[in-house]
Amino acid sequence: MRIALVACFALALANGPIGTLLLMRRESLSGNVLSHAVMPGAALGFLYAGYSLAALTLGGLLTGLAVAGLAALTARSRPQRQDSNLIAFYLVSLSFGVLIVAARGSQADLMHVLFGTVLAVDVKALVLIASISSLTILILAVLYRPLAVEAFDPAFLRAVGGGSGAFRAIFITLVVLNLVASFQAFGTLLAIGPMLLPAAAARCWTHKVWPMIALATVIGMAAALAGLLISYYANLPSGPAIVIGAGVIYGMSLLAAGRMRLTPTKLEGR
Amino acid sequence: MANSSDPARRRRSASALLSLLGTATAPLRQSLAVSLSALGGNAQVAFARHFDSGYNPRASNGHNPRGEGGIAVRNLSVRYGERYAFEDLTGEFPPASLTAVIGPNGAGKSSLLKTLAGIIRPAAGEVICAALARHRLAYLPQQDELDRGFPISVAELVALGDWRNFGSVREPPEGLAASVYEALAAVGLLTVMDRQIAELSVGQFQRALFARLLMQDADVILLDEPFASLDESTTADLQRFLERWQGEGRTVVAVLHDLDRVRRHFPSTLLLARSPIAWGDTSLSLSADNLARGQKALVLPEGGRLGRVA
Repeated sequence: MRIALVACFALALANGPIGTLLLMRRESLSGNVLSHAVMPGAALGFLYAGYSLAALTLGGLLTGLAVAGLAALTARSRPQRQDSNLIAFYLVSLSFGVLIVAARGSQADLMHVLFGTVLAVDVKALVLIASISSLTILILAVLYRPLAVEAFDPAFLRAVGGGSGAFRAIFITLVVLNLVASFQAFGTLLAIGPMLLPAAAARCWTHKVWPMIALATVIGMAAALAGLLISYYANLPSGPAIVIGAGVIYGMSLLAAGRMRLTPTKLEGR
Repeated sequence: MANSSDPARRRRSASALLSLLGTATAPLRQSLAVSLSALGGNAQVAFARHFDSGYNPRASNGHNPRGEGGIAVRNLSVRYGERYAFEDLTGEFPPASLTAVIGPNGAGKSSLLKTLAGIIRPAAGEVICAALARHRLAYLPQQDELDRGFPISVAELVALGDWRNFGSVREPPEGLAASVYEALAAVGLLTVMDRQIAELSVGQFQRALFARLLMQDADVILLDEPFASLDESTTADLQRFLERWQGEGRTVVAVLHDLDRVRRHFPSTLLLARSPIAWGDTSLSLSADNLARGQKALVLPEGGRLGRVA
């Protein structure tokens, strides 16, 4: 339980900035696709080595990055079809993953891969999660400025010489890394939840980036704490409980922000 | 082991061991430090090349009016799938020129500007532009291409124009706030400098983007419909910058729709309708004959919508 909480806090620390940047770059769909792209690899890892942390992680990382590369290739050729491409990737990855797990594992294994088990996170997995979170925060701290500017005005970044292709690749790699880290706790279906929902909720409260990131992190931690407590006392699965916690906070933020938007100052200039 | 329950003694022996370790490994550590610093130097160079080629604070000693700012294009064609945006464009935007690009909708004007800015790769032909390679080119996109909901304040947006002085990762220079203030004053936006861009009107946002152009201090300035949906006074204010930039020896190219404005303010004109109809002195390019040809040249394949010049 304590390990699970620390793991969720570590994830929230990295997920705050990553989720905020994903939203700002309007790439939440690709984030979702990547989270499912982790599945076939993790399933293969499971097929060969059972519940081995290294096999699951490496497998997930490999297929996640492979799909990210494929998505980048197709984006170059036909920009207008990118949405349908991404959805195709997501459905096919998910189906492959389910088939592979079903080939050897039981129903319980499938549930584990799809939805994760926060409470099964052990010290080894915690070290992995914490390392990935720390690495993510460090890299984002260095590359924050060009990543944000590229989200806003890619043509400008190119004109002033900001090396945008490399940044996108690094950012997507970080997203995949964090999804692999989340995978242990939340499974492939829910891994994107703790990444996007707190950021989306934070976006309702502020228009400035740093407060948004900080708030997303705090909301992520609060949702993790609430979800874990509820799942512990009501004996419910913890991953979904945490995601629902984040979802409730998002809903309340939407309502609150909706009320604030009705004031004339906020409507001005829209 | 010797009396390990005596903490002072244990500390002494530990420190002795540490100092021994320190002396023994000194040469190793020194060589490691040397090789690491070389590695760090290489890493810095590699980082600058791949991520931060725009960081060049020495280039900011002001605009260089030696006339390196021209753009030449040779047999330039841009294609989207089967359809040509425009084809076979050859000519030159001379240094310190002020050129309007006009033509019917779908004539390839925006595509041309994006190609000049290096955003679109041409299907054939080439663009020769020294300013582009040296990051001395500024491009103003059409307003709807920017995300107005993006969480950035007006002052931050304008400060980005000074990119070459801080690049991707470095600390902004001392005088940044002052120059941002100056640029905002020049476009008349001082009162809203701390607002988010989402709160600006269309005209205010365009003024902010012009302030960023001022900060960029580029040799070549490309503007895609800079006056679209702006009121008279804003247009007149911003038009003055175009003339000022030309006077400072910069090359300015703007896509426009207002023929009267082009006749009054732009010395040269490129009339584009998929292929170049006329390029040169505005009074010659905009002859009635050329305009009619421009209109005829472009019957859009989808739905037969006839493009409208002006």
